[in-house]
Amino acid sequence: MGSGLATLATVDPVPWARGQMAFTLGFHIILVPLGVSWAFLTLIANYRALKHDDGDALLLAQRWSRYMAVTFAVGAVTGTVLSFEFGLLWPRFMGQWGEAFGIPFMFEGIFFFTEAIFIAIYIFGWRRLRPWTHFWTGVPIVLAGIFGSASVVAANAWMNAPGGFTLDGDGNIVDVDPWKVIFNDAMPLQAAHMIIAAYLVGGFLVASVYATGMLRGRRDRYHRVGFTIAFTVAAIMTPIQLGVGDALARWVYDNQPAKFAAIELVPETASDVPETLLGRLNDDGTVSGGIAIPGLASWLSDPGSGTSTVVQGLDSFPADERPTTRQVNIVHLSWDIMVGLGTLLFLLSVWYGVVWAVRRRMPRSRWFLRAAAASGVLAVVTMEAGWVVTEVGRQPWIVYGHMKVEDAATGNTGVWILFVAVVVLYTALGVTTVLVLRGMSRRWRRGDGGSDDEAPYGPRAPAEREAAP
Amino acid sequence: MSTAVAIVLMAGIVAYAVFAGADFGAGFWDLVAGGAERGARPRAVIEHSIGPVWEANHVWLIFVFAVLWTSFSQGYASITLTLFVPLAIAALGIVLRGAGFAFRKSVDRLAYRRVFGAAFALSSVIVPYALGAIAGGIASGRVPAGGRAGDPVSSWVNPTSVLGGVLAVAAVAYLAAAYLVWDARRLGDATMAAYFRRRAVAAAVAVAVIAAAGVFVLRADAEYVFDGLTGRALPLVILSVACGAGALVLLVRDAARGGRLLAVGAVASIVAAWGVAQWPYLLPESLKVSAAAAPDATLITVLVVVGLAAIVVVPGFIVLYVLDQRGLLPEEGS
Ligand code: HDD
Ligand code: HEM
Ligand code: HEM
Repeated sequence: MGSGLATLATVDPVPWARGQMAFTLGFHIILVPLGVSWAFLTLIANYRALKHDDGDALLLAQRWSRYMAVTFAVGAVTGTVLSFEFGLLWPRFMGQWGEAFGIPFMFEGIFFFTEAIFIAIYIFGWRRLRPWTHFWTGVPIVLAGIFGSASVVAANAWMNAPGGFTLDGDGNIVDVDPWKVIFNDAMPLQAAHMIIAAYLVGGFLVASVYATGMLRGRRDRYHRVGFTIAFTVAAIMTPIQLGVGDALARWVYDNQPAKFAAIELVPETASDVPETLLGRLNDDGTVSGGIAIPGLASWLSDPGSGTSTVVQGLDSFPADERPTTRQVNIVHLSWDIMVGLGTLLFLLSVWYGVVWAVRRRMPRSRWFLRAAAASGVLAVVTMEAGWVVTEVGRQPWIVYGHMKVEDAATGNTGVWILFVAVVVLYTALGVTTVLVLRGMSRRWRRGDGGSDDEAPYGPRAPAEREAAP
Repeated sequence: MSTAVAIVLMAGIVAYAVFAGADFGAGFWDLVAGGAERGARPRAVIEHSIGPVWEANHVWLIFVFAVLWTSFSQGYASITLTLFVPLAIAALGIVLRGAGFAFRKSVDRLAYRRVFGAAFALSSVIVPYALGAIAGGIASGRVPAGGRAGDPVSSWVNPTSVLGGVLAVAAVAYLAAAYLVWDARRLGDATMAAYFRRRAVAAAVAVAVIAAAGVFVLRADAEYVFDGLTGRALPLVILSVACGAGALVLLVRDAARGGRLLAVGAVASIVAAWGVAQWPYLLPESLKVSAAAAPDATLITVLVVVGLAAIVVVPGFIVLYVLDQRGLLPEEGS
């Protein structure tokens, strides 16, 4: 018993710290797209409502702004935990690199502040401002969402392409170039890819709710307008995302060859490398299973030199400077999931676009609606898979080429307790968020509630009502 | 340069203590307001007072973290390594608090409201205690320099930390009660104004007693800060006592205005006094602010961002405040 407790108290913190970071980020990142893109969808509905005197669109805009307040509040809380975790889980990383890595977060703070204030203003403004003035108070939310995620992703991109600092002989930072820290080599493409992903995920998620409603027979105009606004935004973003993703993959080919080898499952340096779908790497360096498309990986890496493009294999890196076999398999599988689901979502968007072009209305078939109803969850999975590629593919580095994960983690052996507590708390938080959102929607459908003081950022209820005994 | 950033850091801590402190304190009064029926009226006033800007207040804490890890990375690493437990408790408490509060507003069943309300109220007490204990651990020199871990237990279970925690809970309760008197008056609810006035006076007395006891604790346990408080920072301490006494007089006399402002002054100046007392150290007697600071380019960036934030954020806050005070549009009315 005593010795059992003693072993529990000396658990290696590194895997728990990693697990907790991945879990909390993976949770936070689901709320992020809603924070970034829902305001934009709401403004489209708001614009329609004002321009065409459209009552359905007005109702949508009002309701969306209140749902948004709930998801934003949960996003804020989970984000606050992340900022604690940088210190609790990675103190040595922050101690060594905070002077550079911390800079993008200073900027994120401004954007986040702006976003919180304008969400409150927008919700307040429904009944307190003139309609067009009110519309314009929504625009800063959209901009703050875009620039805020660009700042956070800049920090993550810096871990992939660290730059903008000078080290002395002992490896301490002696000088910093803030501009180069923020606009590091990986930042432009990674930020673009993430912001587009946010619009894509947000659009599909919102649309999938209305698609589900239509499948249940609620095919009124309100549902159609809600679906069309959200799905159209997502559908437009999908092909752009494939293009940016392709550019990003080439960036990885040029700058993080070990990650690229893991993505494409390339054990040995070669030209004419096949694109392997599924399949797995074995410890002895062979690849088993999967479908190989000859030469495609080489060709995609550099269409200029085609199938003769040489791709560095995993064996050209020392074993302690590349992902382990297990990690390679995780990266490769996640890659297949991202690209596979991304392609599916693209095909769904094409279906939608073709029907619009030909018939001037959205597709009505049940199969389309079923696919659309699933698209929200699929888009979230796609995005999560993309992050796993980025993060696990960078292993064993936390700061690429400079610091390894095991040198960054806290020495605190109690991390696992925090991890368990966080998982329990977040599970409750996630379940409650969904229940609360559904409760709001059910009440509105019944026709009661719906005043803006019930949203977390909403104004105070009129004094008389509350002060009455 | 590092001095300027240290001042910004201290200003962030003061802002957090004053703004979020009032929020936490409101949660404290929510917790002790009694059963669902008896507590309904005070809770209505409380809800009313933290309404719209609740989350923005907590951004101050994140701001403090971001300034700390960007400008004083090594010191930040030492703090988080040493004070892992109270920081973890604070983080979990903040999740519970924020979520409890947000959801309580969005559900309609009484039973649910009660659960979320309890989560909100309980964590409102735990978080300030944990943060006060952290401050105590730093002030009493229990956090070593150089990104090393100090003692994981005695760094936050020690006389100064207990003092910091208890004082933090009492101070936020006092602050919130002073605010709530004002809010109840604005709502035209004289009974509730009297209710919170009694509590404000009680909390003020509690703070005074704890602070008096604290003098002895600090002299025995945190000598450097004690010397600072009785020396360099003495004017701020006197200011704090004067504000506190003034606020108490106004509260007892039921004066119309001023009490709230003086209460804020009392809390703000004592927090600032702590900062001045441990100057020039970030971690008393082991790490000086100037030695801990990041390269100049980083510090300049931090200061620039603070300037930008003031330009961007302040007008937004003013608009929000004006809207909050403003009636509904005539054509929509209610
Ligand atoms: C729904 C969203 C979505 C979709 C449809 C795609 N991706 Fe993606 N991808 C992401 C969402 C995402 C992401 C979650 O947002 C990531 C993680 C980090 C980042 O910046 O973006 C990402 C990362 C990521 C990376 C790793 C970058 C790095 O490690 O620095 C590559 C190479 C690609 N993507 C390439 C693609 C390609 C070729 C796609 C075409 C099918 C694609 N992505 C579709
Ligand atoms: C700005 C954004 C992000 C930052 C700063 C960040 C930072 C980190 C850090 C410090 C670690 C621990 C060190 C490591 O294992 O490499 C980590 C690991 C990890 N993160 Fe991220 N991360 C970010 C975004 C994300 C997101 C959104 C996900 C979503 C799924 C994610 C998934 C993971 C995973 C799976 C790991 C564990 C990797 C492993 O241990 O093999 N990351 N990240
Ligand atoms: C608009 C959408 C977003 C919302 C509402 C949101 C909310 C928050 C909040 C409230 C914080 C606390 C820290 C702070 O305020 O500076 C935070 C931190 C964080 N967020 Fe998000 N976030 C968003 C976008 C993102 C994106 C796109 C990512 C990752 C790709 C991300 C990853 C993180 C990380 C790693 C932190 C911890 C760093 C810090 O303390 O600043 N967030 N987020």
